[in-house]
Amino acid sequence: MANEITPKDLPEPRYEYGADDHVFVELAEEMSFTANFKAMAITQQVAERDIDGIIENCPANASYMLRIDPGVIHPDDVIAELKEIEAELDVENYEWETRVIDIPVLFEDPWTHETLMEFRDRHQDPDGTDLEYSAELNGFDDVDSFLEAFVSAPHMVTMVGFVPGLPWCFQMVPRDQQLEVPKYVEPRTDTPSRAVGFGGAFSVIYPVQGAGGYQLYGRTPVEVLDVDQELADFSDSMVFPNPGDILNYRPIDREEYDAIREEVEDGTYEYTYKRVNFSTEEFFESPLEYNDQLTEDLA
Amino acid sequence: MITIQEGGIASTVQDRGRFGHYHIGMPPSGAMDKYAHTVANYLVGNNADAATIEMTYQGITATFDEDAVIAITGADMSPTLNGESIGTWETVAVDAGDELELAFATEGARAYLAVAGGVDVPEVMGSRSTYTLVGIGGHEGRGLEEGDELPIGEADGTPSELVDTQLDDEYVPSYADEDTVRIVIGLTSYRLTDESKERLCEAEWKVSAEADRTGYRLEGPELEFKEREQPFGAGTDPSNVVDLGYPIGSIQVPQKPIVLMQDAVTGGGYSTVGTVISADRGLLAQRQTHKSVYFEAVDVDEAIAAREARDDRLETIRAEIESTN
Repeated sequence: MANEITPKDLPEPRYEYGADDHVFVELAEEMSFTANFKAMAITQQVAERDIDGIIENCPANASYMLRIDPGVIHPDDVIAELKEIEAELDVENYEWETRVIDIPVLFEDPWTHETLMEFRDRHQDPDGTDLEYSAELNGFDDVDSFLEAFVSAPHMVTMVGFVPGLPWCFQMVPRDQQLEVPKYVEPRTDTPSRAVGFGGAFSVIYPVQGAGGYQLYGRTPVEVLDVDQELADFSDSMVFPNPGDILNYRPIDREEYDAIREEVEDGTYEYTYKRVNFSTEEFFESPLEYNDQLTEDLA
Repeated sequence: MITIQEGGIASTVQDRGRFGHYHIGMPPSGAMDKYAHTVANYLVGNNADAATIEMTYQGITATFDEDAVIAITGADMSPTLNGESIGTWETVAVDAGDELELAFATEGARAYLAVAGGVDVPEVMGSRSTYTLVGIGGHEGRGLEEGDELPIGEADGTPSELVDTQLDDEYVPSYADEDTVRIVIGLTSYRLTDESKERLCEAEWKVSAEADRTGYRLEGPELEFKEREQPFGAGTDPSNVVDLGYPIGSIQVPQKPIVLMQDAVTGGGYSTVGTVISADRGLLAQRQTHKSVYFEAVDVDEAIAAREARDDRLETIRAEIESTN
């Protein structure tokens, strides 16, 4: 197995107008760490420059988007500045301060199991479970070895959105080890809150109960959205994960799930995380060793 | 205090919106028809960012616990005060104990009730706008219901002097006739075939029953995507792209177009092929279910000019109202 990730050569970015008040920039049609790191780095530089007239500044998986006030700055002037930032950047040698976060997960939990069984008629494999389907599709003999791969390396939050607090995460492994599954044939109308799902090449945590199309694997007892900001980690924002964070999924049993859930519900739970300087250079050079270093002493 | 007797179908407190949190998935929310919302505020002497009550199709019935100065704009919901008809797009005095009743919208879909001093619910993340999906802002993060009590803020100046101010007819939009919204083609429109790009702008689209603050789903001809081998991470459907951010007003095409509105999902994996210009989003928000909509493609400078024209018009309106005070 490869133990490095070769940075991708990206095409020229496509600068697009979202009418008069948005600029959308597609860095690549295909997902890659290079594209995501670039989206992260450019939006970080945009924030640092504190450009007048920028209202929203959102990195996405392989693109980014700005909302602007065209009464203050013309979209073409924004694009000129973005090109300048792009030209100065070296994403293969870039660092940002981020967090490595412990995410306990009860895999094959009763709640997502009930949901996925309820929507079998919308699934590619009506006779199996989402995990059995994903394991087989990715060439694993059984569910356990698939889950082992799923938790063996951390997942980077490459984008937060859809609804408040939903992190899209891309597993930090070389391409030949990346897992990939389709979304449901028809989206479900229901998903339990805090469900851990996987679709395309992205893992997600559903903040609230609602529709969804990702394969369902488990449920975490911890919240990613706390509207009333009752938990200590949510004092600054009602959303915990930020783009650029690194989530480390850790399998837990029902007993631990219930114990953590109790702490969350009585308002005493605090996330386990550590602050790190993430270096793209070290990651590209030897991702697996670097991941070990990132997640060391976490839980 | 305004006490709600009947909440209508989907009535919420809205201001201009909540900004700076899109990157954590928080849509702006805010009034769907910014023009009507802003004019209502100006008519009662408020700034544009004061909160109003947005009503959809069926208005509220409410009583006032104090004297107040109000204005109702947007869709015509035949408002009455103690059973007597009152005008829209004009400034009206109400006395403590008065009952305001709005009926079903005859033209347009959304009406705005502004009160001098604004609807004084607490700000959440810098805005009073209601975002019902996660239950924040406005009144308890939800639509208005019988028994809700909404505080009225402290008014600047003497709004009573504005009573009987009428907006000049030339500034009143004709929601029944406005069936074209301008768009800027782009984003990931390269996914569509050339024929489908043309079809998008030539077709008659009908507003479906699924048209709300989240999105306007439109019925019309099929659109087709260019064949390609799907790139890594995009998903298998030809409409899928690697998940990206959705501009407000953007048109996503899972198959039929959905125009994303103020409470929309902030990102996802469907191809977006263009964006309704900011000046015309309010017009789309006023199109009733089953009515027709046409898209007209413009370039970015035309979109900016349209926005400036709308802003200039609002400035003129404000100046004219101030001169009557």
